[in-house]
Amino acid sequence: MDDKEIKIDPLKQDENNLGFNPADYFCGERPKAVTPVANKIVRKFYNWAQANSLWILAFGTGCGSIELPPLYTARYDVSRFGIFPRPTPRQAGVFIISGYLSVKTLKRVIRSYEQMQNPKFVLGLGSCTVNGGMYFDSYNTINRLDYYLPVDVYIAGCMPRPEALIAGFNELKRLIKEGKAEGANKYADNFDWYKANQKKIIKDWDLPEYNW
Amino acid sequence: MEEILKRLDERFYVREKKQQRPNLLFVTVDKKVAVEAVTYLRDYEGFRHLVMISAVDYIEQNLFQLTYLLHNYQLHSDIGVRVFIDREHPVMDSIHHLWAAAQVYQREIKEMFGIDFPGSPRVDEPMILEGWDNIPPMRKDFDTKKYAEETYFPREGRFTLDPIKQMEKKNYPLEAEVKYEIKRVVRDNRDKK
Repeated sequence: MDDKEIKIDPLKQDENNLGFNPADYFCGERPKAVTPVANKIVRKFYNWAQANSLWILAFGTGCGSIELPPLYTARYDVSRFGIFPRPTPRQAGVFIISGYLSVKTLKRVIRSYEQMQNPKFVLGLGSCTVNGGMYFDSYNTINRLDYYLPVDVYIAGCMPRPEALIAGFNELKRLIKEGKAEGANKYADNFDWYKANQKKIIKDWDLPEYNW
Repeated sequence: MEEILKRLDERFYVREKKQQRPNLLFVTVDKKVAVEAVTYLRDYEGFRHLVMISAVDYIEQNLFQLTYLLHNYQLHSDIGVRVFIDREHPVMDSIHHLWAAAQVYQREIKEMFGIDFPGSPRVDEPMILEGWDNIPPMRKDFDTKKYAEETYFPREGRFTLDPIKQMEKKNYPLEAEVKYEIKRVVRDNRDKK
């Protein structure tokens, strides 16, 4: 081989004709809303099952992620409730946005959130996700999380203790059992609005439209 | 520290000095000899550890101030070498050849203040602010609150409840209104001048 460096931009059609096809790696399909099962008994069973196996994505975005280790370990032992940390977005069902979220992290968060499988839920932890908290006038942190991702439950406080987090999980469980935790469907329905908001602040957008 | 300062002055003409503590000294040198002074302190005086590089924006004097804070393990003392550079042409010589750690500081200063360090590795790549298209955010003329309000969809209804003001307004509504109106007028006119 010669020393020529070959750069591949995964989002563009290959100019050097090296046999790289973006369609093999990225799907152009948009997300679709999932309609609940029509049969009431089956639907209730599904909701009950979903509410009792909430697997958290181990992704700490801000100072709130320090509340998660005591949650998993012996003192608060959240696995009693069927809640469990998972290392990859493909295996996780709950995304905890733990505290302030900078624009650089938001890019990674969107990518991880879209890679998660349905059913998926978002928990906003701390005041920063509600209205910016003490970072409301920062040049680099977002103010309102619900403009970029659909939030199912907010846990207010700065910082909320692990007990508050457990209370938030109980609230999320209640919503799921009642069939009201429709965050992923909301994201699919208002996809263009969410994308427009995300692209407004992520100025060097180099992601695919939707990361499957 | 006295002898070190004397030797430094002989070689590089210290413009200003400030002895903050017995083991903390700040010296101001010219931009042309700053890197030489830092090299001299590292190689001959034993200030082998680069603690940090910091920048301050003095917008009134049209200057940026850089501080190279160095530490000496034998003497347990620090020297801060201060340099003033022009705000219109913010370019400074890189010191990444002395400490590899300086690369990170210089990248950050380039991003936050727009001070260029030609030759420093990866200094032009974005580090924290990906795709930033405004003036560097740590400069004084950058209005952070205005930018945040325009960009990040602020939530309506943020207000503070200061107990003193709250009780004054509740118990003495008229007096409190007059008092805060006078305070507001005084504050506005003080800033105008």
